[in-house]
Amino acid sequence: MSRAPYERPITSEWIFRHPRYLRYMVREFSCLFIGGWTLLMVWGLHQLSQGPAAWAAFLELLRSPASVVFHLLALAFALYHSTTWFNLTPKALPVPFIAEAHYAGWAALSVVILALAL
Amino acid sequence: MSERAVELEVLRYNPETDKEPHFQRYALSCPEEWVVLDVLNKIKESVDPTLSYRWSCHMAVCGSCGMMINGEPKLACKAFLRDYRGTIRVEPLRHFPIERDLVTVIDDFVAKLARVKPYLIPKEPPPEGAEYRQTPAQLKRYKQFTLCINCMLCYAACPEYGLIPKYLGPAAIALGHRWNLDSRDGGREARQEELAATEGAWECSFVGACSEVCPEHVDPAGAIQRVKIESTVDWYRAHLMPWTNEEK
Amino acid sequence: METVSTDVAIIGAGGAGLRAALALAEAAPKLRIALISKVYPMRSHTCAAEGGAAGVIKPGDSLQQHFDDTVGGGDWLCDQDAVDYFIAEAPKELLQLERWGCPWSREPDGSVAVRPFGGMKLMRTWFAADKSGFHILHTLFQTSLKYPSIRRFDEYYATELLVDGACCRGLTAIEMRSGQMRRFDAAAVILAGGGAGRIFPFTTNGAIKTGDAMAMAYRAGVPLKDMEFVQYHPTGLPNTGTLLTEACRGEGGVLLNKAGRRFLQDYGMGPETPRGHPVLKTMELGPRDRVSQAFWQEQKKGNMLPTQWGDCMLLDMRHLGEKTINERLPLVRDMSISYMGVDPVRDPVPVRPVVHYMMGGIHTDLRAATPLPGLFAAGECACVSINGANRLGSNSLTELLVFGRRAALSALDFVEQKKDAKPLVAEADRAQARLRELFQRTGGGETVAGLRKEMLQTMEEHAGIYRSGEGLGAACAKLAELRRRYRRIELHDKTNVYNTDLLQALELGSMLDCAEAVVQSAAGRRESRGAHQRLDFPARDDRHFLRHSLATYDAGGPPRISYQDVVITKSQPGVRDYSGAHA
Repeated sequence: MSRAPYERPITSEWIFRHPRYLRYMVREFSCLFIGGWTLLMVWGLHQLSQGPAAWAAFLELLRSPASVVFHLLALAFALYHSTTWFNLTPKALPVPFIAEAHYAGWAALSVVILALAL
Repeated sequence: MSERAVELEVLRYNPETDKEPHFQRYALSCPEEWVVLDVLNKIKESVDPTLSYRWSCHMAVCGSCGMMINGEPKLACKAFLRDYRGTIRVEPLRHFPIERDLVTVIDDFVAKLARVKPYLIPKEPPPEGAEYRQTPAQLKRYKQFTLCINCMLCYAACPEYGLIPKYLGPAAIALGHRWNLDSRDGGREARQEELAATEGAWECSFVGACSEVCPEHVDPAGAIQRVKIESTVDWYRAHLMPWTNEEK
Repeated sequence: METVSTDVAIIGAGGAGLRAALALAEAAPKLRIALISKVYPMRSHTCAAEGGAAGVIKPGDSLQQHFDDTVGGGDWLCDQDAVDYFIAEAPKELLQLERWGCPWSREPDGSVAVRPFGGMKLMRTWFAADKSGFHILHTLFQTSLKYPSIRRFDEYYATELLVDGACCRGLTAIEMRSGQMRRFDAAAVILAGGGAGRIFPFTTNGAIKTGDAMAMAYRAGVPLKDMEFVQYHPTGLPNTGTLLTEACRGEGGVLLNKAGRRFLQDYGMGPETPRGHPVLKTMELGPRDRVSQAFWQEQKKGNMLPTQWGDCMLLDMRHLGEKTINERLPLVRDMSISYMGVDPVRDPVPVRPVVHYMMGGIHTDLRAATPLPGLFAAGECACVSINGANRLGSNSLTELLVFGRRAALSALDFVEQKKDAKPLVAEADRAQARLRELFQRTGGGETVAGLRKEMLQTMEEHAGIYRSGEGLGAACAKLAELRRRYRRIELHDKTNVYNTDLLQALELGSMLDCAEAVVQSAAGRRESRGAHQRLDFPARDDRHFLRHSLATYDAGGPPRISYQDVVITKSQPGVRDYSGAHA
């Protein structure tokens, strides 16, 4: 038999073959920041349980330049993550106006949380 | 009829003479309105008869001529020269082994199509001497998923399939979903084993490339997410409400 | 040589081949079935058929009317006993497809919908949007996956039938991926390999339609019947030749010359019907042969629109509206925009007649049996004949189903009588030797592309919509010459793995045989009937030619032409009246 099917090796170059793949990886990568933020919040809760000094130290940490940068990035990634998922929702759930409903819910929740925070 | 200079860079591979694939350049003059398939045909006819590729209908309905054109999975019969500038790179469809030149081994795909039980498993027997009734609305529910021409562009676009060859893949799952949605069909449970398996819909991480490259707008990505939801609902129902399970 | 032992071998996995396989698998679950095709089944050209499949179901319609339409449409060259069988089975087959899950378009009440089609007095064409063939093919293919007894041999190119004096006992085929030849030992063989439209340069047919099944039967001594009858479909795209379904006209589209006149009314298909409200069997819903011939005449008068691809007429569908076009003709819209840059919603589409279908083919009786015991045929490669001198649109898809099943049942009958499948080892070895000779030949001087080009030119010039004795004589001589030069073809590619140079050479051999049968049969038929029109014999001659032509292989020379009477039962040859007056 003279057959010898050739299997082209898969490398990570696929990510750069088309903008859609890069956008996908960014979307997936966002989970690192969201996960990181979640861990930070858990740490904050823990510090709260350790008394006022620990809590104050935690708040200082949050005000540090590194933390601000981290939070800005995390917010950007979270926004990207949320908008991409909301826009994709109609594909999974073909219900009329489901994406709009998600955005509306998001807006409403944001208003409530901002009101509580400010 | 105005002509333009066309240069193709085609990936060649002949297992009898080559250790690995290599590019070969062809330069010729072609009518502007042509598609890449027309250029390949002209090359085979007047320049290099040894070039091998699959094609038939030239109207995007047989699904034979899928290939990578400038790195994107496309049907060669619908890749218009007017959309390309400079040298056009033509390679066999990604994620499938290369048999020869632009011809790939598609055994894996064909086997996967069969695994989802893509035939009617009737919900109930048909009416005597007449057709099952199916309203236009019921037909519309699954119609778009019937349009798959089995061209495998989605498999070439899907990084999951590229990295995890066991993955059932977009077209196969969309086909299973087509039958699940058909009002005459009652075979969802029978297809569950394949569709809801780890290598079924759950391998998908919703890259969405499949739906983007699909020439028939089948939207396999949508189908796969819906299969995920359906199989989740089914799982909970089967475990939380076991009395609703069918007698085996 | 590796061998495969089977009970029935089916060559061709399109509508007819798949239907035959399903019929066998259901009727005899223990039967071994080998389904052999040079392409994967979903690539079969059945997928390109658009309009629909005819079968009587609506109240007010009757089998008699379908019969009359078909026999008249065929210019009385149809075997009427076969037509009787065909139309009676038609609704059952279409219903069976529905039960297998075919997504037929529906009426609001959920029943199957029908649409008007050319040459039919009443609406009886079942359809699935404008991709009926595609849906039928995929339904059949997917259903076939249910049956493990159907063993598929995808991308196997069948080269020769193995015959021992009395019976067909199998075939040889090349496994395309390895280049290795295999012998198939079968008690019965069904040919379902399709037509040979690729012998013409402008055709709706895909690359694979090269008449291989017809040629295989021909070389095994089975006559090819009525080969001169080649159908032109009036509305093909002028650049690619691909098909814009007759349903465009069924839904109300009209045909215009360059002055915007609906010229068909000048050729016996008038009076002009209201735009968008087609009247069955007249004007744009006349039969394909008449419409194509009207084009040719109108073109001779200089009334056609000159374009960069030749003279065209205009298919105007603007008045159908975007909604109707998107719902019922979405593929048509997509193709016009992509390949012509014309949106039918906004502008008329330039079209012209292109070769579409071969009424002729392998001679079978109404049981789909050829004169060679053990060999059966169905679909476009066969000629029963139910289509006669001109096929009505939407009869062909139904024909695949009816005769695919019929061939299967006949083959099953045959297998049950003759239990022994005798392996023809020596014959297979000889087939392999013949192939090896072609493979290893050097210094021949002829190329596949070169000979093919000459064949296409000859067919286009001399065997088109209108023919003449002189032209056909020239074509016969040319094809005889090409047949001889074919023996000096030299391959550029002499490797084994998926060698398409070799495959195209073999396909060319098939096409040359089919083309020669076409022109020799056409030269012999000195009359005009249906799709065969002769400028030197413009009238129909029932006295001499109410018969089928049979082209029989004569090794090393042109086919011998003989004749066989048409079976007339109920309908005596009459006048084909497609004017509004008949309504």
